[in-house]
Order: sequence, then C-alpha cells, then structure tokens
Amino acid sequence: MTRMSYSQARWNEPLIIKLSRQGKIGYHSFLTDDRRKALQDHIPSKIRRKVPPSLPEVSEIEIIRHYTRLSQENYGVDIGIYPLGSCTMKYNPKVCDTIAGSHKIQELHPYQDPRTLQGILQVMYETSKFLANIVGMDSITLQPAAGAHGEYTGVMLMRAYHNDRNDRSRDEIIVPDSAHGTNPASAAMAGYKVVEIPSRDGCVDSDALKSAVGGRTAGLMITNPNTLGIFERDILEIAGIVHDAGGLLYYDGANLNAIMGKAKPGRMGFDIVHINLHKTFATPHGGGGPGAGPVGVTKNLADYLPIPTIEYDGTKYFLDNNRPKTIGKTRSFYGSIAVVLRAYVFMLLHGRDGLETVSEVAVLNSNYLAQELRKIKGFSLPYADGVPRKHEFVLSASILSKETGVSALQVAKRLLDFGIHPPTVYFPMIVEESMMAEPTETVSKEELDAMIDGFKRISKEAYSNPNSLHNSPTATSVTRIDEAKANRPKTMQLTWKMNP
Amino acid sequence: MSRPHPFIPNSNPSMRREMLQAIGIDSVDALFKDIPASIKATADLDLPPRMSEVEVRKHVERILSKNTSTHDMVSFLGAGIWPHYVPAAVEAMVSRGEFLTSYTPYQAEISQGMLQVMFEFQSLICELTGMDYANSSLYDWSTALGEAARMAVRVTDRNEIITARYIHPERLATLQTFSNPVNIRQVEVAQERKTGVLDIVDLKKKLTKDTAAVYLEYPSFLGFVEEGYEEIGRLAHEAGALFIVGVEPISLGMLQPPTEFGADIAIGEGQPLGSHMNFGGPLLGIFACRGERLLRQMPGRIIGKTTTQDEKQDAYCMALQTREQHIRRSKATSNICTNEALLALAASIYLSILGPSGLSDLSSTILDRTLYACEALQKIKGIRAPKFDSFHFMEFTVDFNETGKKISEINDALLKLGIQGGLDLSSRFPELGQCALYCVTEVHSPQQIDMLTDALRTILKA
Repeated sequence: MTRMSYSQARWNEPLIIKLSRQGKIGYHSFLTDDRRKALQDHIPSKIRRKVPPSLPEVSEIEIIRHYTRLSQENYGVDIGIYPLGSCTMKYNPKVCDTIAGSHKIQELHPYQDPRTLQGILQVMYETSKFLANIVGMDSITLQPAAGAHGEYTGVMLMRAYHNDRNDRSRDEIIVPDSAHGTNPASAAMAGYKVVEIPSRDGCVDSDALKSAVGGRTAGLMITNPNTLGIFERDILEIAGIVHDAGGLLYYDGANLNAIMGKAKPGRMGFDIVHINLHKTFATPHGGGGPGAGPVGVTKNLADYLPIPTIEYDGTKYFLDNNRPKTIGKTRSFYGSIAVVLRAYVFMLLHGRDGLETVSEVAVLNSNYLAQELRKIKGFSLPYADGVPRKHEFVLSASILSKETGVSALQVAKRLLDFGIHPPTVYFPMIVEESMMAEPTETVSKEELDAMIDGFKRISKEAYSNPNSLHNSPTATSVTRIDEAKANRPKTMQLTWKMNP
Repeated sequence: MSRPHPFIPNSNPSMRREMLQAIGIDSVDALFKDIPASIKATADLDLPPRMSEVEVRKHVERILSKNTSTHDMVSFLGAGIWPHYVPAAVEAMVSRGEFLTSYTPYQAEISQGMLQVMFEFQSLICELTGMDYANSSLYDWSTALGEAARMAVRVTDRNEIITARYIHPERLATLQTFSNPVNIRQVEVAQERKTGVLDIVDLKKKLTKDTAAVYLEYPSFLGFVEEGYEEIGRLAHEAGALFIVGVEPISLGMLQPPTEFGADIAIGEGQPLGSHMNFGGPLLGIFACRGERLLRQMPGRIIGKTTTQDEKQDAYCMALQTREQHIRRSKATSNICTNEALLALAASIYLSILGPSGLSDLSSTILDRTLYACEALQKIKGIRAPKFDSFHFMEFTVDFNETGKKISEINDALLKLGIQGGLDLSSRFPELGQCALYCVTEVHSPQQIDMLTDALRTILKA
C-alpha cells in the first residue's frame, strides 16, 4: 500500500508581534500598583529601563493557537520518515520524556550539596560506564553540549596530551575530504592547521595518509563507518600509521548507530571518541537541539578530561574537581543532563541485546533502501560496488541530472510533496548530486517502500515531464522558497524590526 | 539474531527475512562481513539485559528519588542558573512532537514552523537587549562568552580580553579553554572592595592597543549592578576595543538594555526564560550584536525572512550560511551545528506570555524579594547583606565573616533544617573570606525567606 497524499497545514500564520494589542496580558501580576512604583524608584535612574521592550501583548489562548499552528507547519520524526543522513533521526521513546519531566531532575540545581544529588550522580556515573563500554574507552566526560562541542573538547584533549609530553611541534590535524564540516571547524578552533586528504574509492587512502603524517601531525579525525556508510576495513592499518607518527586517532561518533555490539572504536585503535547522545541514544532533536556530546578517552588521556569528573568511592557518588592536568571547562556545569538521563533510559529499554539489534536493523534498513533506490532509473550508488553499506549510504542523482536536468535538490523538494523528509543533499562533496540517506532502525518496511515508490514516481516524472518538477513542493505550508533573497543585503531581514 | 523490539519495527523475524531476501543475502551477518574479525571478536556489550517500560520507569524513578530537589526543600542557589516558574503553556508547547522531534531545518519548506519560531526568538532577543541581530542560540552563557571573545579578536585583530575580578568562575574557565589555543590573553581589572564598582583607574591602565574587548556582566556575578557601564563602554571604544556585556535576561525588564551604554555584543543565559534548571543543562546561550561588520563574524545559525519564489507567501529560511561549518569548514566563524533550538522556542513562548508588562512585573517582584531578603538577613547579628554597597538584583553576597562560622558549617546546619544555603564563595574568591552568594526569585515566598532567617538565627546562636 502506498500512501502518497500529504498536505501540511497552511495557516500563513502572522508573526506573534502582529497579534499584539495594547493592554492584553498572558501573565498574572504579583504586585500592587503602589508597590510596583515604589520598586521602580529603588532602581538608580542611570540604569533604569526607560522604554519597555516591544514584546508582544497577547493572551494565553492566542499564544497557544499561534504555536500550535506553527507546530502544524513543522515536520518531525513523530509525523513520518526523516532519513537525514548523518543525523540519525530515530524515534524517541516517550517514556524517556516522561521520566525526564520529574522535578527530581528538572528542579535540581548543579551547586546543591552532593548528599542531595546521589540519584542524578548515579545516573551520570552509570551512563558513563555504559557509554565507555559501548565505544571501548576507559573514561568519559558528559560535559560537551553537542557533537561539535565534543569534537572541540576532544581536540583540546589531544592538544593537552601532546603538550604534556612536551611535544609542541604538532600543529596539524588530518581529516579526509569526506569529513563532516564540524571536524575541520573544530580542529581550526583549537588552533590547528587542517590538512585534508583525498579519498580512494570512498575510503581513507592509506598512501595519501602516509604521505600526510609526520612530526607535525597531532591526530587524524575520522568516522567509521565513514560518511558514505562504508566501514573503513583498513582501520587497523590507518591507526598504525597515525600512531607510528606520534599522532592520536579521533573518532567522530556521528555514525555510532551502525556498529553497536559489532565493533568498538577503542578496539579499532581510536584514542578519543565523541558520542552524539541525541542521535544514537534517541533524545528528541528539538528542531536543532539540545543535544549532548560526551567524549570518551583511553586511559592515557584520562588525566586531561574536563572538570569535574563523576566518581564513586563505593558508598557515595561525588564530583571531582581536583584534577591538575585537566583542560578545564568547555562549558558551565556538567553537561546536558536532561539529555543524558533520556539516553540512560534508552539504554536500559534496549539492553545489551537490544542495542545490537538497533545496529543490525539500522544497517538492514539502510541496505534494503540502498538496494532498491539504486535500481531506479537515474540513480546510482557510487564507490565500493558490492560492499555492504552500514547505517547510511550516499545515492547519486547525477545520471538523472544529466539526462533530464532534474537535480538532487529537485528530487528532494518533490519528496516533500509525499510527506517524506528527503535525505541530506549535496553532502558529502565527493559524490555528485549526492543524497545521503539514513533510515535508522525505527522505520518500518512499509515506510521504506513508500519512500522507494516516491523515488520511482519522481524518476518517471523526470524522464517524462521534467518541467513539472520545478513546481515542487506544493503540499508544504509554503511553496519553493527564495533563499537568495534572504541573503542579499538589500532584501535581508533577520528580525521583525529590520526593514529590508 | 535477537528478539523483536517495540521500538524497532523490522526486528521481527518475518520482516527481517523478507528484507534479507530482497537484498539477496541469508543473514544480517553478511552486512557486517567487512569488519575485521579481530575487531568483531571484541565487540560484545557488557550492559544489563533489556527491561520493559514499566521496569525501567520503576528502576529509574527509584534512583531519582534519592535526589532532594529544590521542590523538596528551599534552595537559595543561583549563580548562573536560576529557579523560576515555568508556565504550563510553555511546557505544553515545547512537548509537541512536531517541534520536539524535528531537526535543523535543512528543508525549509517543510520546517516553516520552527523557522518562524527562531526568527521570532531572534527578534525578541533584539527587543530585550536593544541589539540589531541575534543568532538562534548557542550552548550556554559560558560558550557564548568564548565565542564573543574570539569574535572580538577576529574583528579587531588584537588579542587581549579584559574581564572584571568578579566574573562567574565557570565562565572564566570556559573563556580560558576557548582562548588558550589561539593565544588570547586575559587581563583582570579590579573591583572596588566596598561597592564592587569597576576600578576605572585600573581599567584605564590595562586598556591598550592590544585590547580586543572589555567584558562585563550585568548584573555582576555577585548580583550588584553598578552605574558606570556608560563610562566603561566609552573607554573601551576610545581604546579601539569592543564592549561585550553578559546579561541575565529577566533583569532587562527593569534595567537599561546594554545598547544604551554602548555594548557591541550582548551575550547571556536564556535558561530563566521558560526552561528548568535540569542539574545544569541543557542551557540556552544568547548571542546578539550590533552593526553589519559584527553580523558577518557572528557564530551560530541565523534565520531570515523571505518569500516564496512566486512571492505569494512570506517564508523563512537559514541565512548567511557561508559563515557556518557545513559550508566554510575550517574557515567557519564557529564549529557549532546542533544548538539549543527547543530552549529558544521555550524562551519565545515565555517572553510572549510575559509581554512588556509581565516582564517588568516579574523583575519588580524579584527585586521586591531581594530587598525583603537583604533587609531580613541584615537584621541578624554578625551578618551583612548585601556585602557590597550597590543596587542588587536577584542575587547578593551575604557576609558571614563576623559570625566566626564557616559557610560550610552554616550550610551543613541549614541542610539539616531542609534549606539549601547560598553558594560558598570562600574558595572561589578567598579575599572575601566567609561569604555566600544567595539568590531569590518569584518562586521564593516571604515565608520561605523568613524560614531562612529563623534558621540562621538558631544556627548562629549555637
């Protein structure tokens, strides 16, 4: 059965400021007029606000309707398939949110007496142990707020390690040309020069790596499986090359969903690993965040972890700030703890066998989808023919584009009309007209088949009437957007008070 | 091959078989055959076996019950994360699956809801701070400070950041982590002992042609608000430096927006705007700036308003993406990708609920509590509250030096009475001796403040 009738709400909802009418309130006042005036007089006039901020004046029901309508103009995992490559958009079990709604976490202050925090510290301690085991590392910090923040933390650990050994000539970090943009950006933020090496048949080219490494190499940052969804089978050799040159190996955990119970980064030779809890351990992505990016390290690097670490002395859990070699802090407090708690619940709901099933089915779904999509006229699966993909794969629409003029972008926009979120387009750059798809383990075969039917239909449309695709999308709350206008200095508008 | 799982639709054996057949293989193991045997052999997980939903819920709730939350006791902790009431309307809206389970709006046409919310958030932050531009969030105030410092260094091509003595220690530590790898130097300016006011003579001495920015918190970490921001801003600008101001947003209901005294960049913590404390995270980094020159160097995602190509509808999409890592890679203004969008949504709803009168009312209520608490504490023999002779908002330093007791002893005794005392400052700022940072907000009733003063009287007498 194919379900291809989709129509997103189209409210043309005005900005909330346009709903404002002077005198409307959404808030109960605490104060009498006299007291309010007396308090105003307490504020030194030099710093007293003279003009109130122009916030909207609306009643509660208007606020509820405004945001409910906007939510209906938004697409999420709860609505349908969201196979955005590298983002692991899986279903987030509702019980995780229910548990995280307890005041026993929401109303905890980070500076409370540790005797009042034994529960949450236990959750953090056990989560760290679970994560360390899954990725094969010795110690974990939960502090980083997101994947990229984990990368920055990890690269700072690398720096501390080399500096501590008085090995200060290492000023380069190597990344493959297929790496996520965050990898080179994080390395650069940590003060490193980024050396990009080309791929060979979609994988790290060990010859290129050999000629890139040397006395200036601080480390190599890679994912495995890589961005194309291919397992770097020469990983042990790669690790050897980097280690022999005195560098460290950094694992970008964006693709961890492929290998739980099948391979541990620590056993592949990695020294530092970040884990995207919001991806692999399913906490809602929230329209862009929050996430959490814990970092695991081997014992050689444990001394440098950010403070505090969470420790257990056999009777009580505590925060340890007394770590002389620490890199310090990469943010306030201890991390995105509400996200950590959800990940903990997710791990318990799956258990050791369930997490292995997660990876098996994520990989099964991905290969099934890849297999069916590559058969469709106009699409291909470049690189490493015959090698199974892992949790994601990169399809190319370059044949379609050459033969019909219909680009990957147009395919993506047309998919929206079927209520299917398209794969990531135009990344990685080593594939022309790329469409990077990651279905995750939480889609059904029926949903995959609907997506395959969508691609088939688009292929037919492209070869029979390519111009029809220029009108897409039509089922979404707005039709095709003029993105250039949002960037042109004369028409750019970034707030409601800014008049283009 | 393991058992089917409720969250994994294709985990049942017949489904799997059907899909394996379509791929043309017998077993899922074939899909992992390229993993070297030595790696595969060591991949077993040592985690507990799976539990059912009801088991997990009981298990985790039992662990969490060991916590004493600030609902279970009265807490006077603030210091960078503050207890506030989160309206039910905020909670209802942020838990809608359409928002909650979406991600970065790479496909704008199907993500208009969140894009419009982010545009409204940017607009609201600009109204609050007076700034021209705001991004759609960073991780927290600390990382916003790190990013602001680096932005100032890029813009001015100088490498020193001036900070005050009494800055939040966690922010200072984060600033150091952001500064060290690129050799940004930090220079500390003293604050007057009696009032906390920034030492202008010391500031003038330390402003040089290397100063990229002066950073000041507003209100300060210790809760006082001085009146000299305008002069500080002017001095910074005369030296060719930027002026970065860190704000606590609720206070802006009664305090001048930082643009009024020349701030170029406003950063801050958005958690008070409709998000719970959550043991320190997630938080909401606010980042706003003035002028196009700074806009082009701003870190983080920015949403712009545009129209559809047929110009029939208003529409929203990501703007100025060429600053960002997915386009610019190692040349990006920051590495940030995942941000704090859901908390920005909460903040937008929260500010809409309050409106201008609600925000003014809320900040006035907090000032009311602050005055009440200081007055009540000041009456206790041996206590000085606030320690600094300045205007205070929400937080204040309580000086216990004359009581002859240590903060750690006092807080221990308070805890036995169901009260979490203020933050012990003695190791963070040794020159203050035995002082603690107390915080009161709209969630503290006068009765709860009385409970604190009664308890302190009893403890100090003993």
